[in-house]
Amino acid sequence: MVSSARAERLVNLVLCLLSSRQYLTADRIRGIVPGYATAPSSEAFFRMFERDKAELRDLGIPVETGRNSVFDNTEGYRITRPDYELGEIDLEADEAAAVGLAVRLWESPEFSQAAHGALLKLRAAGVELDLSVGAAVEPKVRIAEPAFDALRAAVENGQVVTFRHRRSSEPEPDARLRTVEPWGVVSWRGRWYLVGHDRDRGATRCFRLSRIVGAVRAVGEPGAVHRPSDADLLRIVAGSADPAPAPEPAVLWIAADRAHGLRRHATTVGGREVGGTPGDVVEIEFRSLSSAADWIAGYAPTCW
Amino acid sequence: MSNASSQRLARLLALVPYLLARPGILVEEAARDFGVTPKQLRKDLELLWMCGLPGYGPGDLIDLSFDDETVTVSFDAGMDRPLRLTATEATSLLVALRALADTPGVTDTEAVSRAVAKIEDAVGQAQPSGVVIGLGGRPGVAETVQRTVTRAVDEGRALRIRYYTASRDAITTRVVDPKRVLLMDGHSYLDAWCRQAEATRLFRLDRVDEAVLLDEPARTPEEAEPVDVAGGAFRATPDQETAVLELTQDARWVSEYYPTDERTELPDGRLRVRLRYSDRSWVVRLVLGLGGRARVVEPLPLGAEIAERAERALRLADELADAR
Repeated sequence: MVSSARAERLVNLVLCLLSSRQYLTADRIRGIVPGYATAPSSEAFFRMFERDKAELRDLGIPVETGRNSVFDNTEGYRITRPDYELGEIDLEADEAAAVGLAVRLWESPEFSQAAHGALLKLRAAGVELDLSVGAAVEPKVRIAEPAFDALRAAVENGQVVTFRHRRSSEPEPDARLRTVEPWGVVSWRGRWYLVGHDRDRGATRCFRLSRIVGAVRAVGEPGAVHRPSDADLLRIVAGSADPAPAPEPAVLWIAADRAHGLRRHATTVGGREVGGTPGDVVEIEFRSLSSAADWIAGYAPTCW
Repeated sequence: MSNASSQRLARLLALVPYLLARPGILVEEAARDFGVTPKQLRKDLELLWMCGLPGYGPGDLIDLSFDDETVTVSFDAGMDRPLRLTATEATSLLVALRALADTPGVTDTEAVSRAVAKIEDAVGQAQPSGVVIGLGGRPGVAETVQRTVTRAVDEGRALRIRYYTASRDAITTRVVDPKRVLLMDGHSYLDAWCRQAEATRLFRLDRVDEAVLLDEPARTPEEAEPVDVAGGAFRATPDQETAVLELTQDARWVSEYYPTDERTELPDGRLRVRLRYSDRSWVVRLVLGLGGRARVVEPLPLGAEIAERAERALRLADELADAR
């Protein structure tokens, strides 16, 4: 259950620390902020206070620790206004519409919640944001990869990672251990990739997150990875895809009123009966003959 | 500390500056903006009323005045600005905005770029983020279809589409009432009320062979349920069937492309999966296309049907060869 008394104490603690230029010791705070009067002992108070500070910091409130003078033997706490406050911001209507669309982009709980948190603060800064404004196209991005959080954290901390990764056709037990300097996590055509420097192969590589087997481990010191300033992550992923081969023409026979998936890409050039079944001769272009063969075989026996 | 209580604290801290910027706002409107009930918002306001500056006398506490259904802050106790954005909040917003700025055709990219600059300025985060999103979809959508569909959404008009349903391998013509276009998982989808199915449906734009703008307004019935896209375009429903397949290494991609579960690694790099499907003819085409690279473990009649079709195809091939 959400304790109103606790919420009230925390708001008062924030207001108290914001209003003081001096660092306030825990004991002073205990004497000032009304919520702490209920603490039955010093020990109970310090437990409460530690939890409260942790909660404020979790919310991103910059609770500073320091001493007012070299003669102070106890550390105190304060919140400085420039560190606490969101800068001035004012958005035009079209800019606000873009922000509204950006907030709605996320279909993953963590990012969606964070974006709504940002929205709340922008509104509190006086910006008018209407989420119900429709857009002609609404992009949606999902994150369903277990490896995502660990990789994103490693990128942000600049830490080298190791993980087991398999190729498309490889079974999970064959996945190989990779050591990578991570530069970024990239979504490309609905799939997530890690882009970075593959230490084993000594080259820039992309790894599809869905083919990472097991856990991602951060190894080594934070700050050890430096992403080249000219690295265009999206372009690296887009460029790693095989170029589309030139289309090749083919002529097929399709039974009447069958194989519509093929027909919508084909041109009928004549009619023909095969084995007593009426049908059409069609012309079609394929990018890859081997995948075309699978596609045609799927329509067996109505297509040849 | 539970998530609900830290969410409440975030809301309490944002409420005072929010109200300060909007004197005399309706409680109901504020509640809507904060995504809570008016009752919850009133509770929050009552709580804030008890908070204030050290001293906690009448002149130190946050002061709110209520008038009918509206509320105004008359003393803010020094909380006149919202808390700055956390790193995750700034990232979630900026990554999304930069993706929009880099994708022509979704929204006014020039306005997005201005918004990015202003938000970077306000939150002080200009360095590139570790998360990058490319929103560009796969090719394959006819330009005329794209244009007509976008116009129908913009103008709120009904559409007649010729649509290829991949699961049934059928082409149908239907009248739909467009709501929006979703760009998701690399594909564009038209989210619309389908008058034929009498339900909300997602239509993949690369499967729309023709779109004709109708001279009547789009009218989505009240009972239309919005589509839930949190799990992607394919939604598991109770009426779907499943089949257990054994895939060789060359066919393992099936488990990445289609909804499968109960994955079991087998000897020789084979993989056993349970595949979920809504139309039997679709799974027949899939397995036939895989040739010898997939084996149907269950249901048995499915395997028999596929074998029978393959045999007929071979006989037909002989006849075709003879005819040449």
